[in-house]
Amino acid sequence: MAFNHGTIERNSILMLVLVLIVVAIGGLVEIVPLFLIKSTIEKVEGMRPYTPLELMGREIYIREGCYNCHSQMVRPLRAEVERYGHYSLAAESMYDHPFQWGSKRTGPDLARVGGKYSDEWHVLHMTAPSSVVPETVMPGYPFLASTPLKYEHVEALMKAHQTVGVPYSDEMVEAGKEDLEAQLDPFSEGYDGLVGRYGDKVQIRNFDTRPGSPTELDALVAYLQMLGTLVDFDLYKAEENAR
Amino acid sequence: MGCDGATEVGTGRGKSASTLIFTILFSVLALGGVVVSAGAWDSVMQLHALLFAAFCVGAVVFLGSDTLNTPEGAYRERVVRAGVIASTFWGVVGFIVGLVIALQLAFPALNLDTSFTNFGRLRPLHTSAVIFAFGGNVLIATSFYVVQKTSRASLFGNGLSWFVFWGYQLFIVMAATSYLMGATQGREYAEPEWHVDLWLTVVWVSYLVVFLGTLMKRKEPHIYVANWFYLGFIVTIAMLHLGNNLAVPISPFSSRSVALFSGVQDALIQWWYGHNAVGFFLTAGFLAIMYYFVPKAVGRPVYSYRLSIIHFWALIFLYIWAGPHHLHYTALPDWSQTLGMVFSVMLWMPSWGGMINGLMTLSGAWDKLRTDPVVRMMVVSIAFYGMSTFEGPLMSIKAVNSLSHYTDWTIGHVHSGALGWVAYVSFGAIYCLAKWCWGRKQLYSTRLVEWHFWVSTLGIVLYISSMWVAGIMQGLMWRAYDNLGFLKYSFVESVEQMHIYYVIRAGGGLLFVIGSLIMAFNIYKTIKGDVRKGEEVIEPALSAAE
Repeated sequence: MAFNHGTIERNSILMLVLVLIVVAIGGLVEIVPLFLIKSTIEKVEGMRPYTPLELMGREIYIREGCYNCHSQMVRPLRAEVERYGHYSLAAESMYDHPFQWGSKRTGPDLARVGGKYSDEWHVLHMTAPSSVVPETVMPGYPFLASTPLKYEHVEALMKAHQTVGVPYSDEMVEAGKEDLEAQLDPFSEGYDGLVGRYGDKVQIRNFDTRPGSPTELDALVAYLQMLGTLVDFDLYKAEENAR
Repeated sequence: MGCDGATEVGTGRGKSASTLIFTILFSVLALGGVVVSAGAWDSVMQLHALLFAAFCVGAVVFLGSDTLNTPEGAYRERVVRAGVIASTFWGVVGFIVGLVIALQLAFPALNLDTSFTNFGRLRPLHTSAVIFAFGGNVLIATSFYVVQKTSRASLFGNGLSWFVFWGYQLFIVMAATSYLMGATQGREYAEPEWHVDLWLTVVWVSYLVVFLGTLMKRKEPHIYVANWFYLGFIVTIAMLHLGNNLAVPISPFSSRSVALFSGVQDALIQWWYGHNAVGFFLTAGFLAIMYYFVPKAVGRPVYSYRLSIIHFWALIFLYIWAGPHHLHYTALPDWSQTLGMVFSVMLWMPSWGGMINGLMTLSGAWDKLRTDPVVRMMVVSIAFYGMSTFEGPLMSIKAVNSLSHYTDWTIGHVHSGALGWVAYVSFGAIYCLAKWCWGRKQLYSTRLVEWHFWVSTLGIVLYISSMWVAGIMQGLMWRAYDNLGFLKYSFVESVEQMHIYYVIRAGGGLLFVIGSLIMAFNIYKTIKGDVRKGEEVIEPALSAAE
């Protein structure tokens, strides 16, 4: 053998450096282009950052580990598109830090659950899932309805999202608490501010269907009800976004 | 050779300068912990900062004790012994949590509908407990043992190996408590939040320093093949951990952070990490165990030196590319999916090369399969390794994946690797170390090892076969059409059909837990020095460690 592996076996630092080079290659080749090739994220109409209430709902989704049983990624397969709706686009999770595509469907995909069920259904379902789906194996989350939403740090959360590139303006960050409260009451004074900042398609109502201060259930239902509803697929041109 | 325990204690010595520096450092850190705890935004940060402060106080007490005064030349085995005990303990804990969540899927009432006990919080507890607490402790303990013996040198660093051991236990406790209390990054197998990640980084770098430092002062000219795999595992896990956990904390006083990347890029980085947690934590590291413990236990050399070289370099090069197969048909660009699929299929070759190298090491000693249940356990683990590294490439083919993805087939696949390969080769190593590190001529009971073997093997078979059937059923139901061209089943009909398979799976898990309890009892008795009545070996069949 012209090359003798013994050289590497006798030098721990040489082995360390070679290992590092060998294991770095695959990741670099696969990951770096995703940041450089523009077509990786499709051009779409309608994407906007989460409102503060939706963002807090997403926090609860992550906290309770919903991703362990629910995916948020509809694959472009006939049976999936017919069951769940249009296949998911990369653009739809461009503001998701972290992504929540999931890897398991113990329960159904949630990428397009927004608007499929009423708020009342979600409230019943989260409190006692078998009351609306008798065969379900989902745990109940009755405590969400009775736990007040802790949103005193929502601005810090939005600020961190701004730091990593989510297009929250400084005005949006400053109005975090105000917008959060406004989204729960269509007759509040904050209505115009919220709509001005996030658009007139934002859903504004009392999501947990009960009076009183914001609960965790309000936030979670607000998040679920907007999932997969942002992109306007009438204006989406699949051919132009072929990758 | 004997154990160094007796010589480690009592060679009293004045505090050196470095001891003083570390005493001051840990005191300052303890104070810092208290300050952060006082100003914490949430209960998780409050608890963890206090735990950290307690750890630092413990370190100061430890520095003042005599434990560090080990004479040069002796092997450090007490930290390995601690690792054997920790591995057994966390193994049992992790398996029990697994059984609990398996039962929750079969009988949802067991979720109790509270925040602490629901499936979503317990599942990460199970995965982290078995991968990082059980697997991690096995890897640290065995690597500390193997690197010393094959280098003929004691562990590098005065007390650093103890820092690695206890620092790692602190990481486990912080990770476990954060899931239960609801702090998570929401990234599979990388759930711990930013402050726990930072702590693990410190511990892991110390681990690398101990391992590499020991290699550098070795008295053998060549680095033994098991150590290549350990080194590959330690270095790569460091790279993956840092790459996948880049995040911006919302405040130094909050346990919450926001991931640096989003969407499609974040997804690929996560599965670059996730798949290689399998590839390096659960494969390369445990292959190192195979390369030391199998030859040692059967008294035969490794089958082929050249095959080891090809196995090592091909495995570590190819594994890294396989991540995108977790994202087939998602919004990840096709070129990336195809690349991941092709490399996953290629990965089959080095995997089976390694399997052949491990199995053929038994050439001339196949009779041990019949006589020594510990050897049998390790050989069966290699067979499971071969099986799941064939199944993996199969499932990474896009056409197969379109059916198998999102179903319980994946769970079955993971457990044929995790229970069959990782746990079995670990059990083999734990049985060996219980004998070798405590200087016992034999285990408390070989018959109990037989019981452990057969009970848990039956458990594995029930587990993986039920999940295979169930997974393929789910995949088929989700894509079934009736003769009018409509989807035949609603989603919940597939959930309803799962019940019996969930029950069978939980039964398999129960058997596996029983097996691990039998092992824990056997290890405890072996450490105590007992031998079961009627099993005393007059002429030792195996010589104790070397």
